[in-house]
Amino acid sequence: MTAFNRLALTLGLGFLYAPIAVLVVYSFNDSRLVTVWSGFSTRWYGVLFNDGPLLASALASLKVAALSATIAATLGTLAALALDRHGRFTGRGAFTGLLYAPMVMPEVITGLSLLLLFVGIEMERGIPTIVIAHATFGTGFVAVVVGARLKGLDRSLEEAAADLGAGPIRVFFTVTLPLLAPSLAAGFLLAFTLSLDDLVIASFVSGPGATTLPMRLYSQVRLGVNPEINAASTLLVAAVSLVVLCASWLSARKGGTTAV
Amino acid sequence: MQFPSLTPTDPLLRIDRVTKRFGAHRAVDDVSLDLAAGEFLCLLGPSGCGKSTLLRLIAGFETPDAGAIMLGGEDLARQPPHRRPVNMMFQSYALFPHMSVAQNLAYGLQGLGLSRVEITERVQRLLRLVKLEGFEARRPDKLSGGQRQRVALARALAREPRLLLLDEPLGALDRALREETQGELRAIQRRLGTSFVVVTHDPEEAMALADRIVVMDRGRILQAGPARDLYEHPATRFVAGLLGDVNLIAGTLGLEDGATRGVHTAFGCLRALPSLALADAAAGTAVVIALRPERLQLGTGDNTLSGTLVDAAYLGDRVRRQIRMTDGTMLRASASLPGNPGDAGIGQSISLGFAPDAAWILPA
Repeated sequence: MTAFNRLALTLGLGFLYAPIAVLVVYSFNDSRLVTVWSGFSTRWYGVLFNDGPLLASALASLKVAALSATIAATLGTLAALALDRHGRFTGRGAFTGLLYAPMVMPEVITGLSLLLLFVGIEMERGIPTIVIAHATFGTGFVAVVVGARLKGLDRSLEEAAADLGAGPIRVFFTVTLPLLAPSLAAGFLLAFTLSLDDLVIASFVSGPGATTLPMRLYSQVRLGVNPEINAASTLLVAAVSLVVLCASWLSARKGGTTAV
Repeated sequence: MQFPSLTPTDPLLRIDRVTKRFGAHRAVDDVSLDLAAGEFLCLLGPSGCGKSTLLRLIAGFETPDAGAIMLGGEDLARQPPHRRPVNMMFQSYALFPHMSVAQNLAYGLQGLGLSRVEITERVQRLLRLVKLEGFEARRPDKLSGGQRQRVALARALAREPRLLLLDEPLGALDRALREETQGELRAIQRRLGTSFVVVTHDPEEAMALADRIVVMDRGRILQAGPARDLYEHPATRFVAGLLGDVNLIAGTLGLEDGATRGVHTAFGCLRALPSLALADAAAGTAVVIALRPERLQLGTGDNTLSGTLVDAAYLGDRVRRQIRMTDGTMLRASASLPGNPGDAGIGQSISLGFAPDAAWILPA
């Protein structure tokens, strides 16, 4: 590695991660003032775990993420199967476009259009509407991840199962699904993290009493940053990194060998 | 599996004027073929000749555009693959990577109404059949290529089909293992009495395995028969060239003389046996004489040719010579070592001869 490359790498990584590093370091600051270092302490984590409303919104976030990722995993897998297996059906292009649209659409647009929809059908806004909204864009991500694996799947495996007397349903549950499992899990985790750190769409479609963790943090920051926010954000960063690592590990792994 | 409607003289499998199109391309074009119970049949041809498509039509992975496929007197047309009493061994083996060897073998046995004990017993019997005892718990990715091939064979045999389809079953094995496995495959087929249909592009493999070879090209059957018939009496130049090396000498048809017929060539009038297609052909028809290199002998014979020896290669079990004829064409002569007459040196002139019944006249 040349000196220039080393410099470029350092600057690049610094640009990306320095803010997060500062956040993590200051979450262990003893001082009440965020910008003044007065010694190492974990007291803000203690405060954090005694903050009822904050914990409630963390729980709400986890619930939304788990539910929406489950829906996204199911719908995304079905969509990927339809695109991969049904050749050129009428409206295939439109279906593909609509499936991937929420991934590229500005979040403000997605949020606003969902809000209009929920108002239009007079659906009461709260946790269920956030779940639906998150499942909408999660489905696209799952379809991409699962679709990539489907494309690489040896079709003769399913043919062999059919040849050995298995009907379409048995083929799907004993051969197709186990071979898709790693990518399905990766897609689920991806949808899970995206839901966990979404602020914009959730703000649009949530109602009274339904506050997710990013929403809670954002509203508190507007009143001034305190070290407790740093601690909460650090935990959020840790959780998301862990999940993303799991997801990339799962999708990189050769699925068949360890899936049961 | 029993077919009560089947009498001993009926074919097990009847393919009746089957056509399969992919777009404008006819992958299988008006093919008819009968297969007897217990027969070992090879579909031989270059890639893209329709042999694999024909196999997939029998297995049910493709549906014919025209024609019928009957198994044991029953039309298979409306039966999906999982209801057909036919099993297939895939070219890629298609072993389930997330299952052990035993689970792979048991997969086809589930849903047959067998008890757990019976399934275990049959899995053990299959493992013995392919000499893989003790490998039950292995995953396919922990097996060698030859072992995987045997698991795939055993799995395809698990449901005791009357007809087994094999798509390039030995294609992924190296040469030494392939010859050994050919013998095993024949032995298993003879022992079980199952009809085998093997697809291969390797003529030597087809000849080593099959009771009957069906040569296909461009979706059509060119010729079907035992290896010896095809090798010694090919119907066309394509079949002659596919089954082994052949010298082709162009000429025009002359007069009949008993069973043989004369052909006027650049090297004079040569006598050979006419193929069926030429039985009533008029004199003057353009033809070729097909002559296997091992039937072209040094010295003179009923038909005598002369040329210049260009190359002589010692191949252990035989010597292969290349001879340039007066008009520039090259002939190959292959002689087994003992009883070789005194060798001419490279560049010297040489006489060659062949018996009229050693050569075969084909349409040009």
